[in-house]
Amino acid sequence: MRGAKSAKWVAGAIVVALAATACGSGDGDSGKKGTAGQPAGYVSIDVGEPQKPLIPADTNETLGSYVIKALFAGLVTYDAKGNLVNQNAESVETKDSKSWTIKLKKGWKFHDGTPVTAKSYVDAWNWYANIKNNQQNSFWFADIEGYEDVHPAKGDPKGDAMSGLKVVDDTTFTVELSAPVPYWNYKLGYTTWAPLPESFYDDPKAFGQKPVGNGPYTFEKWDHKKLIQVKAWDEYQGENKAENKGIQFKNYTTVEAAYQDLLSGNLDMIRQVGPKDLPKYKQDLGDRAVDEAYAAVQTITPAFYTKQWKDIDPKVLQGLSMAIDRETITETVLNGTRTPADSFTPPQVNGYQKLDTDVFTYDPAKAKKLIKEGGGVPDNKIFIQYNADGGHKEWVTAVCESIRKATGVDCVEDAKPDFQTDLEARDNDQVKSFYRGGWVADYPLNVNFLRELYWTEAEANNGRFSNKEIDALFKQGDNAKSLEESVKIYQDAEKAVLEQMPSIPLWYYRINGGYSENVDNVNVDFHGDFILNEVTVK
Amino acid sequence: MGRYVARRLLQMIPVFLGSTFLIFCMMYALPGDPVRALYGDQAIDEAQIAAIKQSLGLDQPFMVQYWNYLTGLFQGDFGTQIASQQPVADVIADAFPITVRLTVFAFLFTVVVGITLGVIAGLRPNTVVDKSLLVLTLLLISVPSFVLGYTFQYVFAFQLGWVDPNVNDPENYGQLLLPAVVLGSLSLAYVARLTRTSIAENLRADYVRTAVAKGLPRRRIVGIHLMRNSLIPVVTFLGSDLGALMGGAVVTEGIFNVRGVGYTVYEALTRREGSTVVGIVTLIVIIYLVCSLLVDLLYAVLDPRIRYA
Repeated sequence: MRGAKSAKWVAGAIVVALAATACGSGDGDSGKKGTAGQPAGYVSIDVGEPQKPLIPADTNETLGSYVIKALFAGLVTYDAKGNLVNQNAESVETKDSKSWTIKLKKGWKFHDGTPVTAKSYVDAWNWYANIKNNQQNSFWFADIEGYEDVHPAKGDPKGDAMSGLKVVDDTTFTVELSAPVPYWNYKLGYTTWAPLPESFYDDPKAFGQKPVGNGPYTFEKWDHKKLIQVKAWDEYQGENKAENKGIQFKNYTTVEAAYQDLLSGNLDMIRQVGPKDLPKYKQDLGDRAVDEAYAAVQTITPAFYTKQWKDIDPKVLQGLSMAIDRETITETVLNGTRTPADSFTPPQVNGYQKLDTDVFTYDPAKAKKLIKEGGGVPDNKIFIQYNADGGHKEWVTAVCESIRKATGVDCVEDAKPDFQTDLEARDNDQVKSFYRGGWVADYPLNVNFLRELYWTEAEANNGRFSNKEIDALFKQGDNAKSLEESVKIYQDAEKAVLEQMPSIPLWYYRINGGYSENVDNVNVDFHGDFILNEVTVK
Repeated sequence: MGRYVARRLLQMIPVFLGSTFLIFCMMYALPGDPVRALYGDQAIDEAQIAAIKQSLGLDQPFMVQYWNYLTGLFQGDFGTQIASQQPVADVIADAFPITVRLTVFAFLFTVVVGITLGVIAGLRPNTVVDKSLLVLTLLLISVPSFVLGYTFQYVFAFQLGWVDPNVNDPENYGQLLLPAVVLGSLSLAYVARLTRTSIAENLRADYVRTAVAKGLPRRRIVGIHLMRNSLIPVVTFLGSDLGALMGGAVVTEGIFNVRGVGYTVYEALTRREGSTVVGIVTLIVIIYLVCSLLVDLLYAVLDPRIRYA
């Protein structure tokens, strides 16, 4: 009997414990489906859980951007060649690069039926820029006059509107910048500048979970950590109308799992094939494999605040650059997932130029010679800092090996356990020698790859590179009369940058993805993202 | 007995406080700033980062942060995720049922198959059956779980087409079968070996001989006398294993696309989502404690000589 009695206690303890930990089962989902299937006409892609709520100015990572791009339509967008085309804007004009007049196309609506007006833009931009609203991309509005009032470096904002924004009528508004920016309209293609409907301001938090946009798709549901579903919107006025009935953004724990699902027909598109499947994905997928370069560059950047690089002769850096066998490393170690760099800007951006130089060509003899002429590498030893959680180890090892072999300069990996730790060291000026840098285009213009990285005051200039001549050229480019002129001056600036070598560009990124037999018309934009509205179902 | 259970449950309170404190310390000590990291490689905005941190209370000193967390916890508030701004309670509620389902599945597989194999081998020590079990378990113990996972996925999902390769619907038990088997395999090997040794040893014990001499049917000798005494080490192992299955399934969850607790903790760790990690790990600690309590109580069921006052 003793046993039976004890068993009762065991059962009792189980009940108490389950209640205490609240891990009872039976937590059923409402939308119970037998299979992983999707509604007819919909396409699916492995886009995981966005990090942030779905508010345009709070989203800067790829996953969230994919969804925002489907739901919202901005003033302008870029075509396949990286040129600017109007979307919601009828025209974006300026005479002096400082005062801009923006006219909207008539008849555009939000998904809730309310019209898209000049006010929808002006109010949204004021809200985004306000420091109180904690929008991650708020600094994108910094060019506009009166930005300091809503986004002071310290303390509370003085007002809630930027003085540079004025509504003229329902479809026209003007923007006054605090200084001329000839390429400001290029920035407008970023999703951050999207308009917001009136209903947003009632409850921004709820909006972030159930956004109402003005784009080609309307929001259907967000099943957290599982999928986001959007539906094609019949009333959409823009050119980039949905060619499919809707999109499912599916979250996968690993790229390998997503790839398995692509092969077994449970998924239509995969953005990136994992290292495990890279060697065979082209055989698996045939002409359904996607392998295209996009506007992003990887560099190793010297920390100019260190004793080693403080007063270095750029020749040494050029020599190190020539000691890296980019061709071989991208082909073997990186499995063809990168293209060797031949400039500081990638070819997909407006203003790209093939620099007339051999600095990016592997030449051990000349590398040695340049380093010697420049006075040698101090300590004859370099470190490359990188984050060990990003799959960089293999190529860092290869680059080090290449430098060591070609020049005899000792090269050591300096691995930080994860991206956070890596960033902290960069922000706090604790990089020992080189760090791994990467830059993905915000907008397809050479300016973005130069000014944001090598201007003395640029936030992302973590190497703390500073050169008066280059700063002056950047400034001259910003004061140019027209976009073309500005791009040209920046091209000259790039040549000056080459002389100074503030970083060593290694290669441009490629997207290595694929799609299933169910879909067609899968194209990639300058950003390396699939253009989802064009995808058709077979 | 009742007092014993009550005492054990009460002991969980200080353990709970201690573990939250320790984990909170560890998360705080980790380098890296979760808000800063949201900006990644791109340009950052110091003023905005400071404002976001202030609104989340992350600019406070450590003890204040911990105090705020604890007081929130007692009001049923697990905190809010930094990036997604979702309540941590929701995140946990999303992940736990999936893991519980997977764990129970894996656990049942371990218990039923493991003990059966162990008993069969234990009753015939040093025969071909016993030796082949030895080989099988050796294989399962030595093969890393990700190799096993990918192999099973390749063979059963792609070559044979018996099951789906991934879990797309965590309520579909057919899809959970494969990950559960992979997850349970390692424990299965240990359970089978423990059972086998224990049974083989007790087979020669005096009370078994007595039972045989009494003329009891073989089924009763094995089922009641032998099993009950032999299962004590197995139950001890299973108890601690249940906790390990819940928290340590990161690899298996990754391979089969299961968004359970392991995956959630891993993701939260890499993003430095402190409150999420503390919340989930604390829950796992509690589950461990409850499991060990159950094991202790089960001893009394299995072995009448053990009593709790």
